[in-house]
Amino acid sequence: MSSYKKKDTIIIKDVTHTYKTETGLLPVIKNLNMSVPENGFTAVVGPSGCGKSTLTKLISGLLQPDEGEVYLSGEKITTPRPTVGMAFQNPVLLEWRSIIKNVMLPLEIVPNKLNSLEKEQRAKQLLSLVGLKGFEEKKPSELSGGMRQRASLCRALVHKPEVLILDEPFGALDAFTREDLWQVMHNLRKEEPFTGILITHDLRESIFLADEVIVLSGRPASKQFFVKVPKSKTPKLESLYTSKSINMLKSLRKQIEIAQSQQEQNK
Amino acid sequence: MRHILVPLYAIIIFLALWELLVWVNEWPNYKMASPSDIWPAFWKFKVLFFQYGWDTLWRTVVGLFIAVLCGVFLGMIMGFSKVLREAIYPLLVGFNAIPKATVVPIIALMFVGQHDLNTVLIAFMISFFPIAVSVSIGLSTLEPEYRDILRSLGASKSLIFWKIALPKTLPEFFGALKVAVTLAFIGTNLMEIVSPHGRGLGALFDSGKTNSDYPLMFAVLIALALLGIALYYVVVVLEKIFAGWAERSTD
Repeated sequence: MSSYKKKDTIIIKDVTHTYKTETGLLPVIKNLNMSVPENGFTAVVGPSGCGKSTLTKLISGLLQPDEGEVYLSGEKITTPRPTVGMAFQNPVLLEWRSIIKNVMLPLEIVPNKLNSLEKEQRAKQLLSLVGLKGFEEKKPSELSGGMRQRASLCRALVHKPEVLILDEPFGALDAFTREDLWQVMHNLRKEEPFTGILITHDLRESIFLADEVIVLSGRPASKQFFVKVPKSKTPKLESLYTSKSINMLKSLRKQIEIAQSQQEQNK
Repeated sequence: MRHILVPLYAIIIFLALWELLVWVNEWPNYKMASPSDIWPAFWKFKVLFFQYGWDTLWRTVVGLFIAVLCGVFLGMIMGFSKVLREAIYPLLVGFNAIPKATVVPIIALMFVGQHDLNTVLIAFMISFFPIAVSVSIGLSTLEPEYRDILRSLGASKSLIFWKIALPKTLPEFFGALKVAVTLAFIGTNLMEIVSPHGRGLGALFDSGKTNSDYPLMFAVLIALALLGIALYYVVVVLEKIFAGWAERSTD
């Protein structure tokens, strides 16, 4: 199913990856093909431990695939590159820095032409976009979990990455905070267009945020199913409760079950 | 004001009780000197107290400084390389298990007469272990996501160390330094007491013993306590400056 287009921002082509463990080889990804068009946002769901986090490492260049290729904007990935932004379930803010200094961290590493005032303005602009205006000088320990995750999203976007990789960023938040952050994500996408991949366990989250949802099979993971999600200009939470959405959720749920039972058999 | 007055009152009450205890039991000063004996003993030898106090102080600080350098270096090696940790750790534990009091006479003989070297060496040997362990644990328990955030941006290993690993280890490092400073102080005094014809407050203590000047011995103890407190609080101030962020504000 190599239906990718040459100009897609993220292309994963026939990727296979195996971990060497003490008990032998552990294949985690097998013949995976997928792509995300420019400014597209794709959610990846699948059973626990099916290799989703490995996928994020392959895209960010932290890992090299055993077979196959990963392309970002047409370039083959062999090492980590500064055009990637990442956010994890753990916001991993540096506790000794203020929130704004945390957000500015990538600008200290990625080569750029901004002077210190421009860096600060850039960080402030993002912080106010996610609703953290006035918290610039606070320490991470003074913020709630949801606020910390907002700051983490700002840090992932501050250097205008071509690709945003989100690995279950809202997984540790309570349901209402999570829904708030979904709205934040929509705001960010409108104001700061990016190409993104979202790893998640939350099917509602996947269809609310992404343009396309890919279901990975059980380990070793490959593309088992995908569904396109049409997006309105102003997505509302109510849209999750329409019969169309509910049917989509049901079919995704079914696919996850298939993947889970397959993973059980392969154990 | 309160947090100056309360400890001050506590010290006064403690001294009064001590005086009372000696007075009620009618203990002679070779059994237990009373606070009122201590000031005259100090005054009689005040020049020596300051000279030897300085000796004890700088030897402790130099020993501790070397312990910090070696401890951080060993900690970094063990924190970054699993193989080297497995190789070095048992050696370190074994070395640390030897009571340093038994090493004191060996070192004293090895470098006989070189009081400064002897003393600094023991202060170093007794205090580097907690520093090495805390730094290695701090580095090896760094959550991989912290590293990934920087690595995914193409940061070099040394940049990751300076930006994340080092600052994140500082609270553990200062915790260990508080233990190490007390240990180094013990090491210094062990050697000064044992080393014949040496200098330092330990030597003054020993001469009090040989001359049956018991109030002098107690005066040395008080001087050591004051010096120890001063050293400890210097570390506390440094910790506030460099790792104050780890303290959660309660408001």
